[in-house]
Amino acid sequence: MSMGTVWALLGAALSALLAGAGSAIGVGKAGQAAAGVVTEDPSLFSKVLILQLLPGTQGIYGLLIAFITLTNIGIMGGSADMSLHKGLLYFAACLPMAVVGLISAICQAKAAVAAIGLVAKKPDQFGKAMIFPAMVETYAILALLVSILSIFGVSALA
Amino acid sequence: MSEKQYTYAVARIRAKENALLNDAFMEQLIGAKTEDEALALLSEKGWKGHDEGRKQSLQDILSYEEEKTFDTVLSMVDDPHAFDVFLLKRDYHNLKAAVKLTVSSNQVSGIFVDGGTITPEKIEEAVKEQDFSSLPDTMARAGKEATDELLHTRDGQACDIIIDKAALTAIKQASKKNPNSLIQRYGELTVALADIKTAVRGAKTGKDMTFYSRALAECDTIDVKRLSEAAALGTDDIYDYLENTDYKDAVDSLRKSFFAFEKWCNDALMDSIRPELIHPFTIGPLAAYILARQSEISNVRIILTGKENDLPESMIRERISKTYV
Repeated sequence: MSMGTVWALLGAALSALLAGAGSAIGVGKAGQAAAGVVTEDPSLFSKVLILQLLPGTQGIYGLLIAFITLTNIGIMGGSADMSLHKGLLYFAACLPMAVVGLISAICQAKAAVAAIGLVAKKPDQFGKAMIFPAMVETYAILALLVSILSIFGVSALA
Repeated sequence: MSEKQYTYAVARIRAKENALLNDAFMEQLIGAKTEDEALALLSEKGWKGHDEGRKQSLQDILSYEEEKTFDTVLSMVDDPHAFDVFLLKRDYHNLKAAVKLTVSSNQVSGIFVDGGTITPEKIEEAVKEQDFSSLPDTMARAGKEATDELLHTRDGQACDIIIDKAALTAIKQASKKNPNSLIQRYGELTVALADIKTAVRGAKTGKDMTFYSRALAECDTIDVKRLSEAAALGTDDIYDYLENTDYKDAVDSLRKSFFAFEKWCNDALMDSIRPELIHPFTIGPLAAYILARQSEISNVRIILTGKENDLPESMIRERISKTYV
């Protein structure tokens, strides 16, 4: 196996690892807040559950990027050999999702916890409460798009 | 060092804050025609005391509500000493009771309060045996000094002054050690406002500098020496001094009446804790909830005692403080 493949695999692994870790931290933190609210008012379970899950999407995006990368570099079938130059390009393509996935999931969790507090006090404001953490999602989606476009761009290179 | 996070507990407190009594309910309570009607309103809000099946006294209901608050909040944190700063007053009340009981050799039941940081039995034993080594330093020193003072002079007020000052010192020390800014603010405000009250009372009864040096506890926002000097000269000098401190807004209420100042103190405390309504992670909202509950319990006590004594609604309204929510 060439060094190029090692770099490309490292990019895929980081994408799944960092974005997944961010989501795990985020969903865990929001889960603590959700459990606190449900302890006092079980009727709010479905509302706080949705807010708890919001920081979980980054992990899915990270997985998607890792999956696309693995498919493109031939690890999941076909030839896995590539130049160091191309391997580094794959690595760079995975970084936006890896880094932004980690940071945005943690930041989204903080917004989700605050939103859960809002729902606890004013359950009728659930719609508005959901928008605040959802705004953070924008940046995870932008990073996802950049990573996807980059990976397909790199794979089209000779 | 970053402050510990209390995500679960704060979210739970947010849900519990919905059950706090608001201004509209306080108005409804003030408007109740009789004490029984007011108690019925409280009962609808879940204020039923420890035995819901039988009618209980107001004191029982309020004590139960206060205990319930501490039990609930303490069950949410892993440090059983997290809110000791709010319980120190009980310890020093018990110390005062133990010293007086021991010196007078009386047998009086029901004067100790439970739920402090040290059991009343331990305090009573330390005072009886005159061995204060099992108590914290500040309490041990105050216990010994107060016992000696009472034995030699039989002056109950001097004994109270020693223990009250020690209580304030302990609150200030405990709050200073806490990393949370609300608890630090609470400690500072408690000591400063108690000093102002003592200085004004002292000035009105013509106390001298020796009294103030024994009674006023050190804090950061009041210069105790300058307050003592001002108090020795009279209340107007206290007000002049306060005009140059963080407590200048209190002067108008002090000029009006002591009740007005008490209300100002409670309102100042509620204003200082209100920012915790938007903090989602720190221990601050839990501490704020305890203070909010204590304030509403105090308000309910004022209203129902007013009803019992047929005070006019306007007079009751003047004395109750702002609510947290």
